[in-house]
Amino acid sequence: MVLLQRPHILLLLIGTHQFLQCWIAFGSVNEEGQKQEEFSEELLLKPLPDHKLLAHFHFQSSGPPSTSNGCHHHLFPKAISQLVQKFRIKEMELSFTKGRWNYESWGGFDPLSSSNAKPPGVELWAVFDVPQHHIDASWKNLTHTLSGLFCASINFLESTATYSTPEWSFPPASGNVRYGTLPCEAVCTENLTPWLKLLPCRDKAGIALLLDRPSLYRGFYHSQQLHLTSTGSSSEGIDSGIILEQTLTVVLQPNSEMAIEVHASEKHIQPSWSLSSIFGKQVSGRCVLAKPSSVYLLLDRGLSAANGLTSENFWSNPSFELSANPDRIFLEESSSHSKSLSILYMFQVEKYCESEPFDIGLMWKVPVAWLCQQTPLHASRFLMGSGNERAAIAISLKSTQFTEGFMSANSKDGSCELRVDVFQVVPWYVKVYFHSLRVFVDQQPRAVSDIIEKIHVSPSKDKMSPGVMEVVLKLPCRVNTAALTIEFDKGFLRIDEYLPDANQGFDIPSAIISFPNFHASMVFLEDDSLNKSPLLSKFQEKCPVMSYTEVLLVPLTTPDFSMPYNVITITCTVFALYFGSLLNVLQRRVAEEERFLKAKAAKKTGRLPLLLSKLSAKLRGRRLEPLHSPPSSSSFINSKLVLKVILVAGLAVGWQYFFS
Amino acid sequence: MAETKEKSLSDEKPKPRVRPIVRLGIFLISHSFLVSIVCCTAGVLALFLLPVLAKNTYISENALMPGSASPMLSNQHVSDGNRLVKDLTNPNSKSSETGIESHKIIAQYMLDLGAEVSFHKFHPQMNQFHPLHFFSSPVSGKIQENYSCSSYGINTVGIIRAPRGDGKEAIVLVTPYNALKSGFGEALSLGIAYSVFSLLTQVTWLAKDIIWLVADSQYGEYAAVAAWLREYQTPKFSSLSTPNAEMCPDVNNLFELKGHSISGSKFSNSFRRAGTMAAALVLKVRDQNEQFEDTISIYAEASNGQMPNLDLINVVNYLAVHRQGLRVNVEKLWPLLNSSWLKSLGEIFESLAKVAKSLYPKWKFGIPATEYVEGTATLASSLYYQALGVPTGPHGAFRDYQVDAITLEISPKFSLDKVWRNDILLRGGRLIEGVIRSVNNLLEKFHQSFFLYLLTSPSKFVSVGVYMIAFALLIAPLPMVAASLYVDANSSSNCSKGDSSTPSAITDTDEHGIAIRSWSPTTSFMIWVLLSILSLLTLNSVLASPLACAKATQEKEWALVKSVTISSVFIGLGLMSVINFATAEIGALLMVPMCLLARPLKLDVRAGTLRSFCRLICNLVLGHIAFPPAAFFLLKGMLDGFGNANVGDFWMWVESLWAWNSATYLFIGMVQLPCWVLCVSILFHTC
Repeated sequence: MVLLQRPHILLLLIGTHQFLQCWIAFGSVNEEGQKQEEFSEELLLKPLPDHKLLAHFHFQSSGPPSTSNGCHHHLFPKAISQLVQKFRIKEMELSFTKGRWNYESWGGFDPLSSSNAKPPGVELWAVFDVPQHHIDASWKNLTHTLSGLFCASINFLESTATYSTPEWSFPPASGNVRYGTLPCEAVCTENLTPWLKLLPCRDKAGIALLLDRPSLYRGFYHSQQLHLTSTGSSSEGIDSGIILEQTLTVVLQPNSEMAIEVHASEKHIQPSWSLSSIFGKQVSGRCVLAKPSSVYLLLDRGLSAANGLTSENFWSNPSFELSANPDRIFLEESSSHSKSLSILYMFQVEKYCESEPFDIGLMWKVPVAWLCQQTPLHASRFLMGSGNERAAIAISLKSTQFTEGFMSANSKDGSCELRVDVFQVVPWYVKVYFHSLRVFVDQQPRAVSDIIEKIHVSPSKDKMSPGVMEVVLKLPCRVNTAALTIEFDKGFLRIDEYLPDANQGFDIPSAIISFPNFHASMVFLEDDSLNKSPLLSKFQEKCPVMSYTEVLLVPLTTPDFSMPYNVITITCTVFALYFGSLLNVLQRRVAEEERFLKAKAAKKTGRLPLLLSKLSAKLRGRRLEPLHSPPSSSSFINSKLVLKVILVAGLAVGWQYFFS
Repeated sequence: MAETKEKSLSDEKPKPRVRPIVRLGIFLISHSFLVSIVCCTAGVLALFLLPVLAKNTYISENALMPGSASPMLSNQHVSDGNRLVKDLTNPNSKSSETGIESHKIIAQYMLDLGAEVSFHKFHPQMNQFHPLHFFSSPVSGKIQENYSCSSYGINTVGIIRAPRGDGKEAIVLVTPYNALKSGFGEALSLGIAYSVFSLLTQVTWLAKDIIWLVADSQYGEYAAVAAWLREYQTPKFSSLSTPNAEMCPDVNNLFELKGHSISGSKFSNSFRRAGTMAAALVLKVRDQNEQFEDTISIYAEASNGQMPNLDLINVVNYLAVHRQGLRVNVEKLWPLLNSSWLKSLGEIFESLAKVAKSLYPKWKFGIPATEYVEGTATLASSLYYQALGVPTGPHGAFRDYQVDAITLEISPKFSLDKVWRNDILLRGGRLIEGVIRSVNNLLEKFHQSFFLYLLTSPSKFVSVGVYMIAFALLIAPLPMVAASLYVDANSSSNCSKGDSSTPSAITDTDEHGIAIRSWSPTTSFMIWVLLSILSLLTLNSVLASPLACAKATQEKEWALVKSVTISSVFIGLGLMSVINFATAEIGALLMVPMCLLARPLKLDVRAGTLRSFCRLICNLVLGHIAFPPAAFFLLKGMLDGFGNANVGDFWMWVESLWAWNSATYLFIGMVQLPCWVLCVSILFHTC
């Protein structure tokens, strides 16, 4: 087929130049054989227990090793490949998030939440394939490049005080990791547009057509991620292939205006939705460059259990109705620790076209309530204490009792242990006293050495590097509550180190709590067809369960920002006084003056000059010899003068008062 | 300092040059009599001029933007609120003895809105006196040892998470509610809070989380809020010290029933938190009211005269007056409103202002006499409550954690009418909504406007720069007079020993009284007075033997004592003005004239002139007034009438100061009382 097309193209060489280029490009892709550049677009929809809907867009582009076709790419974004080549990135993840992931109602155990729930703001980590001493330079250049690429202030991560080097607790464990967050970065559509530019069809065709900005940003949670993996190692001279995953996770409220109106009795019915009602758009066919282009509907374990769905009756379920027939239905491979199974409905977008757009809707018939599977321990973090001097950070872990059965299954004997990794970065102005670390298990204070298996601490250096604490906790399986507290002093900043809105307070980035014993994965049956779908194969990967805690806001002492002005004024005054008196001392000739005064006093002068000289002498602090009762007489004269002045002023006032 | 000045003065042959500042000091010291009269009069006058000098309030923080959005609270929300009021006032809900039913109702309503709900159990705590913890958060106090299952309170807490916010900050709305004997007003305040809460679950503009705390006020409103705040800010992780309330059957019952709720995931019996608190509003509705229009009272004073940021009051005032048409008032000393001397003073100021205006049309500082009287009454109460150092409402608990908070008390005009109830729900709700929306707009915490101010009306204030002048003028003559007395006494003799033991002996007199707690206030007060006098006399006879020096020095001894007294008063007042300005101001008003005038009565009697007679009378009067109990009775008598003044009242008053950790207690015990004793000892000096 390909060979037959060749002469055809040659004939068309006489045709328009543009047309020619286009065809060559298309042809060469086909020529590559198995080393093609691929692009896939997928959308996963998942109803959430609290009447909301999760939509997870997953776009994956893979670029083959660049040696095969030089610096040219057909589908893969050139900017990304250049970035990878320049900075020798092994793996990188950049996420822009707005809103909070609600671990309690949206779950935290499935692969979707443990890899897509991100802290608010920007999070960036990267693994470099360069010698150790070049890593920091690469990181700095990378932040600047990304900053330009995504219209965000990622370049603030450049300074050493903002990023850290996790030793072992951070999941892609390796010494070459750099990790940085910007919790207060505002995320909006100017970050989405450059992200969409990396897609071959932008948002003009295919599933990305659904990305309607107003409905996206109306959502409760919005996380836009970019994950880069370059397979193979480029240091050995073999250029690597790059896989770029772009995901966008949004949590939306379907027809929220309807939900207000319904009465309390109907509030328990989940709202019905369709793609057109939540995004205001429909999918009119796939992006022609996308290989698999499909939409999935995921009913997680809790939901399918609540519906009474089992592997037998999932075709004829009574509780809801789909507006489109699924092309395939996948069942989760049954595992030991849970009876219920997730069900995945797959819809292929390829079948639909402009005239018959794809729109899937879900109608609930009966009220359903279920719970998402939660992390073994629910982590929350808060500040303790008040005042501007000291405070403490507390991380509290509470058993969710959801995975209790799971844990008891895991325990072989009485000495069952639950491993929890805590990774916490604190900015340098939060001066943490690591010796004050205290651990409480089930409301009992415990010795740190009993609970903490491993700890790695790198204290912060002022204005140089943040403090990093990595802790591995070994908790008993039946633990109900556990708490970690650590005290800190609030540091003083120089006036130019304060951020623009200094009075708001300063952010302490989220801590990462991970459970290495637990792996979130979803393995679906009928594996042969799944290999094609990058999204589902990602679900099958074993990733450790991870959760992020809240961002904390520490109020620090802020100066009065008019202070520099005051300091300048006071300094100038002091200088003026000093130089004035110095000059005065240097220039005065005391003896000469005294002689002059005496001579003057000897001369009998008139009354007025005498008075004047008396007054001046009085002011200068010397008494005239002939004066015998100095205070009384001089004050008398003074008061006379004052009296005169007052009289004149009174006259003037009276004049003004009576003649106006 | 004074010594060096004195030396330079007393040198017989004049030095060629004395520095001007030194000579100015010498001049002032030598004319200290005149200076002290001028300064004191000016100080008192400046204090009375403060209502005239008050400025109009203005919203300093631009981000607040009060009233820029039209209120979204609709009749739908009001009817929701009404439903809750009906359910709470329904007699069925009150059947339970512990009032748990109504807590359940509130929690269920919150859950239906989709808020996160939790209960917080607390035990009322004993008050403890921490002498030097003026502004820091209270150390979590001791819990009564013999707590029982019946003595706990339950706070119901509902939290709305801001849909798109990052959860770093929160706004707190507090409604005190006593489930056992709740009046209609409390139910109505819950209704208002609920209607706002139901609106806030739907709005999209929320950037900060909203916490609604229904504080169980059966052990006092303050105690409930303080207990919740303590748990919020300084939780105890170990259970060793906290009693286990889960043991009590009632509490378990409460949680069991909640478990049946279908949206049970939102309910938890663990303590829930949101981020750093940005501001807090305490909402109350008064049951009966004699006013003719809907009014809203603002209470802002927290412990030790700390005030919330003026912007918070400004926002409430602006929204209440210009948007909801409510009358705003702040606390006044009502008896002052009818005093004729104040009115005539106001008229004098008014006519003076008129004259000034006719002289120069741009001088417009006069205010009408009635406004002046009202301003003075408000200023006096503002000063008094700040000086007291006792918070005027549950908002005081927030200030201990540096959170700006005020109490709003709505007093509706007439009662129990359906239409009227809807109206007050709508207007109150819109006011709260507006304030929350304004605070929600804030990017930074409150910092733009004043923290140190006195209110003369809800829309007028005196800032620290102005009211400091009156105080500074009052205490300015003290060091000069002390120096001149010392100079005079020193110049006549060089012996200046003795008498310094007297103040130290007196400072600890009040400690005897504290130990006695089981008698009635009157007897305790009497016992305290007796014990103090006894210990004073004993110590005086043992330590401060008056015959240490020769007879010649005795004559001038009283001058030295006076000098010491005046300097210690100056130091005490100066220190106090940093901690609690209002206390220092009132203390200065009482003590400065007494200290300045103090002179042995014998000398005045011996002199026998008219001037000395006047001074004698003044001394006697001032000596009585400046005695703290006497001053208290005088004030109380002037305000409430002398008929119902009781000796025990003072004891109760001091005990409340002690219980609320007030710095005023320390001031009275360590500055005012010792200095008064010193002054009295000067008056009765044998010379």
